[in-house]
Amino acid sequence: MRPFRYHRPADVAEAVAVLAAEPQAAYLAGGTNLVDLMKLGVQRPDLLVDVTRLPLDAVAELPDGGLRIGATVPNSDLAAHPVVRRDYPVLARALLAAASGQLRNVATTGGNLLQRTRCVYFQDTGKACNKREPGSGCAARHGQNRDLAVLDWSEQCVATHPSDLAVALAALDAVVEVHEAGGARDVPLAALHRSPGEHPERETTLARGALITAVRLPALPAARRSTYLKVRDRASFAFAVGSVAAVLDLDGDVVRDVRLAYGAVAHRPWRAYRAEDELRGRPFSPELAARAADAELAEARPLRHNGFKLPLTRAITVRALTELAEGTPS
Amino acid sequence: MQDRPESETTTDERHSSRVSFEVNGTHRELTLDNRTTLLDTLRERLGLIGAKKGCDHGQCGSCTVLLDGRRVKSCLVFAVTLDGRSVLTVEGLAGPDELSPLQAAFVAHDAFQCGYCTPGQLCSARGMLDEVARGWPSAVTDDLTTPAELTDAEIRERMAGNLCRCAAYPHIVAAVRETAATT
Repeated sequence: MRPFRYHRPADVAEAVAVLAAEPQAAYLAGGTNLVDLMKLGVQRPDLLVDVTRLPLDAVAELPDGGLRIGATVPNSDLAAHPVVRRDYPVLARALLAAASGQLRNVATTGGNLLQRTRCVYFQDTGKACNKREPGSGCAARHGQNRDLAVLDWSEQCVATHPSDLAVALAALDAVVEVHEAGGARDVPLAALHRSPGEHPERETTLARGALITAVRLPALPAARRSTYLKVRDRASFAFAVGSVAAVLDLDGDVVRDVRLAYGAVAHRPWRAYRAEDELRGRPFSPELAARAADAELAEARPLRHNGFKLPLTRAITVRALTELAEGTPS
Repeated sequence: MQDRPESETTTDERHSSRVSFEVNGTHRELTLDNRTTLLDTLRERLGLIGAKKGCDHGQCGSCTVLLDGRRVKSCLVFAVTLDGRSVLTVEGLAGPDELSPLQAAFVAHDAFQCGYCTPGQLCSARGMLDEVARGWPSAVTDDLTTPAELTDAEIRERMAGNLCRCAAYPHIVAAVRETAATT
């Protein structure tokens, strides 16, 4: 591992200023991904700016009914928060389906959103990867690509975003509070992550050195009826091969409102607006849910080994929405 | 174990730090290369070899220790971040000549074969039982709004971060179940 300097900033402004002045510095939060990538030689910062002691660890209820989650709130504490469990079960379920107890105890809200893909070629410095080394090629495009993208990929990159939390936040229309050298701004979660396109090394719309300070959830009473369904290769402690975050609001049997987002299908958490449009205003049925998923996946381009992700994503869409409609989410 | 001369472990002042923290109730102060993980600090600098290096990538759980009372994977924590914090390892779960109820239950239920993962299993179970006592849910908890009952399915899910290549899992579940019921 490359030697690095270590700095603990006094406040957010200092953290952002240090990153602006140090081109090879990186923020360190829970470290569950960054420390591993440093061991693998994939990330090689020469300075770590430790943000874990900044006062960003509060969960506060907002006057309008929403929730403000500090960026360093650990995943386990957020999943256990009584308001999250009662009002946003999709968020609690997504967090609890991710990683292991030990990792959730240190992994943070902000860090989770900025974690890197688990594409095995990205994590192997002996392989070509445009994300790790722009212009080097993509060994995954025609390699073992079972776990990789079916939507919105480019010839330069077929990686998926690994976060479960981000998928739930996409469904909930969360807003990310960001501090950059120029000041603070809000970024809708749906606009935080980029498509790979020609520049897969640029994963978010944030300026270099930007620090996520909080995530805001809008009030969404319908989210009390919500769930997160995740399919893995083993029962626990594995990344998704498919996942869906779903919120369903019925008026009788008619879909008054619905929020759907998919994980493990694209370079970013995939908000399924087309599927939502198919569902809204129509009497709910499992057949309607299947048609909605098909509408969303119409432009999917499966790779050689991951065609199964289309029927899988369709099936979990039907299951999640049907369970919500019947009042029996698992 | 004696702290090694600094010249052996640090080559560059800019890339090393003086760190002060507590391990098993004892105050420790060390100068460490910033790259040193908590796991390597425990094993290589403090002679506490209970925590094991299995994968060194956060995937196997054999390095699990308690940090300020919470179970964490010590291979993914840089020790330089620990100033003022408190670490509990398997060596600190009970006095030198005694077993904690959890350790006694592991012995009684034969909850290991080779024993390599056991320190991590013990620290993880200790942290997990505290999480249950705080009412934290898990992925297999049906009703998120009420405290979970610690069924075998709950124990298995909550211990999923600890692998056992000998597959002593049924006995580990039994030991944890008994500890939860009797303490």
